[in-house]
Amino acid sequence: MTRLGGALLRWPLLIVLVILWEVATRAAGSAFFPPPSTIVTRMHALWFSGPPGRLFLTDQAVADILPSLGRMAGGLAGGATAGILLGLALGLSSRAYDYLDGVLQFLRAIPPPALVTVFLVVFGFGMRMQLAFIMFSIIWPVLLNTADGARAVEPLYLETGRAFRLSRRERVLRIVLPAALPKVFAGLRLALSLSLIVTVFAELLPGTTNGIGFQLTVAYSMFNLPAMWAGIVLLGVLGYLLNEVFLVVERRVLGWHHARETAGA
Amino acid sequence: MLEIENLTHIYGGGGPSAHHAIDQLNLSVAEGELLCIVGPSGCGKSTLLRSIAGLITPTGGRIKVDGELVRQTPDNLAVVFQDYSRSLFPWMSVADNVALPLRRKNMDKKRRREAAAEALESVGLSGAGRKYPFQLSGGMQQRVAIARALAYRPTLMLMDEPFGSVDAQTREDLEDLVLKVRGHHKMTIVLITHDIDESVYVGDRVVVLSKAPAHVVADLQVDLPSPRDQINTREHPDFVHLRAEVGRLVRGQPVAH
Repeated sequence: MTRLGGALLRWPLLIVLVILWEVATRAAGSAFFPPPSTIVTRMHALWFSGPPGRLFLTDQAVADILPSLGRMAGGLAGGATAGILLGLALGLSSRAYDYLDGVLQFLRAIPPPALVTVFLVVFGFGMRMQLAFIMFSIIWPVLLNTADGARAVEPLYLETGRAFRLSRRERVLRIVLPAALPKVFAGLRLALSLSLIVTVFAELLPGTTNGIGFQLTVAYSMFNLPAMWAGIVLLGVLGYLLNEVFLVVERRVLGWHHARETAGA
Repeated sequence: MLEIENLTHIYGGGGPSAHHAIDQLNLSVAEGELLCIVGPSGCGKSTLLRSIAGLITPTGGRIKVDGELVRQTPDNLAVVFQDYSRSLFPWMSVADNVALPLRRKNMDKKRRREAAAEALESVGLSGAGRKYPFQLSGGMQQRVAIARALAYRPTLMLMDEPFGSVDAQTREDLEDLVLKVRGHHKMTIVLITHDIDESVYVGDRVVVLSKAPAHVVADLQVDLPSPRDQINTREHPDFVHLRAEVGRLVRGQPVAH
């Protein structure tokens, strides 16, 4: 009910804001700030005027959007898998955690763009560098949240597992991991939004020939401001949709957790 | 079945903050017996249970289950903890919770499911397998924990204040449930409680522990007629007499003979 009410309020507000944006940009008449109607027309022309058989996607859309999503998915999958595995290992060994906590907090605190030159030196320009850069950027929230979750597992859960003689592997897979899952998902959600940011950042670098970031660079260099704005709006829409998909998955996987919290247990 | 010799446990390794929980405790439990252990709060009852279950290593003495020295959790031993809300796994359905320990028993998935359904039926929860623990009341959750122990087919079941967190009516139902399942499954039960009436009502034998460091103060046989009944048993003169005696022992008062 509240969700429905929220959704009903959300759309009128958005529409009012877009109308205000339209009026303001038209009144200003600045070439740097095209009105939203121009941006949407350009988005349609650029990406969504293809044949119906291809879901209306143009060749340009395939060249811009798919490579970005691919890099993002690859980096996210690699970084999240590594983050969960290392986080579990770290959370299960309090000694390792004590030793490494400071180092990890230090590494996490470095803004990824500051390290981009290091990645260029090691990997050169291109896909390998981009993937490594995305993985490195998003691994920290996943790793640290997973380690936190694995450390905070209710002791009686573990004692129950031991009392029923579950093997160590079973205790990790069936008790520690599910118990840490709410924390893991908190980390994954941060990683998801971060991955879109660093993917676009990596695509702004030389040596890229496709992707939304590349499209932005091209539009900017040709002083094609409507196309640049189209890219920016597209990124906003993508980020929103990805987050919505993530929430659907989370609600499925963590149903027990949310239901339990609402039940007040 | 269970033999405890000179069991001693000190937490904190002898420093100034060390806590002497158990001191030179001797106890033996025969096959098929239902032994209740009572004692004042904080006397080391849970330490004793965790030592028997192999969850902690006592600092001194020996524990044998079926003649085998306990080093880790023995085979065929199941534990029912007091805090069901933190001993059942909230991310698993009730049936999965009950079936989980059966993974160690070399049973295939189908047989694990059947055994879980059967155990749930024997605690009166036939239809609840697909629910999640948080959807059940406290008493029902503790029934699930008991079903999990039963499905495991233990020869020794340890219960750590199993009814300490439920209301009085539910507590009586669960006491009778223990007596019932005990009749069906031939097993030895050690039940720890701080409730004096409960120990006399449920037990074949009641062992009273001193306050910490715990040792055995008294070992009393309960010869009440079977089957026990919440109304009749509790008004039986032997019950009234015995509960008074246990009560005095727990409080450390002299016993009149």
